[in-house]
Amino acid sequence: MAQTMTQKILAHKAGLDSVKAGDLVLINLDLAMANDVTGPVAVNVFEKGNLTISDPDKVCFVLDHFTPTKDIKSAQNCKQVREFSEKHGIKKFFEGGCAGVEHALLPEMGIVKAGDAVIGADSHTCTYGALNAFSTGVGSTDMAIGMSKAKAWMKVPSAIGFNLKGSFKKGVSGKDLILYIIAKIGVDGALYKSMEFFGDGVSALTMDDRFTIANMAIEAGGKNGIFVADEKTIAYMEEAGVKEYTTYTPDSDAPYEYVMDIELSEVPYMVAFPHLPSNGKTAEEAEALSVKLDQVVIGSCTNGRITDLRIAAEVLKGKKVKDNLRVIVIPATPKIYKEALNEGLLNIFMDAGCIVSPPTCGPCLGGHMGILADGERAIATTNRNFVGRMGHVDSEVYLASPRVAAESALTGYITAPKN
Amino acid sequence: MNVKGNVFKYGDNVDTDVIIPARYLNTSVEKELAAHCMEDIDKTFVTKVANGDIMIGGWNFGCGSSREHAPIAIKASGIDLIIAKSFARIFYRNSINIGLPILESEECVNDAEAGDIISADLSKGIIRNETKGKEYTTTPFPEFIQEIVECGGLVGYAQQKL
Repeated sequence: MAQTMTQKILAHKAGLDSVKAGDLVLINLDLAMANDVTGPVAVNVFEKGNLTISDPDKVCFVLDHFTPTKDIKSAQNCKQVREFSEKHGIKKFFEGGCAGVEHALLPEMGIVKAGDAVIGADSHTCTYGALNAFSTGVGSTDMAIGMSKAKAWMKVPSAIGFNLKGSFKKGVSGKDLILYIIAKIGVDGALYKSMEFFGDGVSALTMDDRFTIANMAIEAGGKNGIFVADEKTIAYMEEAGVKEYTTYTPDSDAPYEYVMDIELSEVPYMVAFPHLPSNGKTAEEAEALSVKLDQVVIGSCTNGRITDLRIAAEVLKGKKVKDNLRVIVIPATPKIYKEALNEGLLNIFMDAGCIVSPPTCGPCLGGHMGILADGERAIATTNRNFVGRMGHVDSEVYLASPRVAAESALTGYITAPKN
Repeated sequence: MNVKGNVFKYGDNVDTDVIIPARYLNTSVEKELAAHCMEDIDKTFVTKVANGDIMIGGWNFGCGSSREHAPIAIKASGIDLIIAKSFARIFYRNSINIGLPILESEECVNDAEAGDIISADLSKGIIRNETKGKEYTTTPFPEFIQEIVECGGLVGYAQQKL
């Protein structure tokens, strides 16, 4: 039976020859991960249920959301997860200088890889699909069972195919593409479905573009986003120290509900307006509306990687950000931070008048390190612009790529790059 | 299991950030979460909701963050059932896993207004809007999910079956 990439991985992990959309299957997991927000709830469920851990090597905690801890309650949560990890011999426990934004950290450490089945108590766990893995976000109870049994139940999803062709116009990036797609299909356009990316255009995308795109599959309601693997995928995994992996391709007659052909050269710079990621406009349309900004955030599991910082630095080099504008740059992991330091990017940011933050999810979810007051507006390279997402209920978040965010940092208004 | 209560009605794409904003995610205590449930879109919800009440939403209810704090906050606020046109998938899983009943019925959602009295027979998936005098039939959960519900949630299921 013809299958999608996702279906092939699920079939393999369920010990079956094949599966089809709608089947309910119990799969073996390669990893179950959680953070300092969802971890404590999972630990509570685990302990209340008197559960045990079958394989501590398949459990991972990254303390990244409210860290460095923003208040006493957050510190207590981290302490609870730290003590739990010590007690159960969980080695994949990352905090402090070893921690970064989880979905940037795990791929660069080689902890997730092609062919894996991963659940994470964080909705953006779908990021690892960039590596040709099946990965999906779940809640804390699923996490508790996942870390106990290394298993999860899954309803096999149907899928939408995205056939990427050609290459982007200079400057356009993965963020523009995913905002463009979500604007077309809506925030529930891929509800319960896989978003599978293939076609000759994939090779034109950097790995960081692919992480950004897979990361935001959830913003279209998707169960997972997944890319075919190519030389760039393999090179990325090898650099991360991955020795063994399995890649999957879709069958030529895979049962996609539909396949959307996308000419990458036709994708414009995009900005998603409040309060849904699907409220996309082209950056030119956005610029025409003279949206005045109070803050710019460049970071997150969506766009806090080294390529993103290089792009922002290229725009900001030798210039000054607009007066009275807070521009916060957040390298997603210590490795990215160090690379940015060694490449002189942090100097460029600081000379331009930016704040450079330690790795954290921080303001993306309204945690800390850049919370908005009432009436304030931010352009952010993050993933959600829901009501109150970055702070006050009457604040606004506009989603964009690092290049559009950096251009806007210079003017204080949402600004389209002029190529 | 039967439920009956007052309707609180919201629109499409009710996201987990408005169900429980991240500024309250430094706790996992149910009552503390419930005290702030829905406050960014409905400041009066927590003052009006009573045990047994019913929440109604449109398409894609519970989209966004995977925070289980969201269904926990709703359940702890006293809500016994959510009816929506559709649910975002992580919220759907989480609700089943913690034993918060959910039903999908586009017609019921279209007809219902805030303050209506709705009753439901959860095992049969039948909803009755007592105020409007109308009845709706929903598709029951697949057998596998019913088993999870019968085990009292995923933990019970895992203890007995995995």
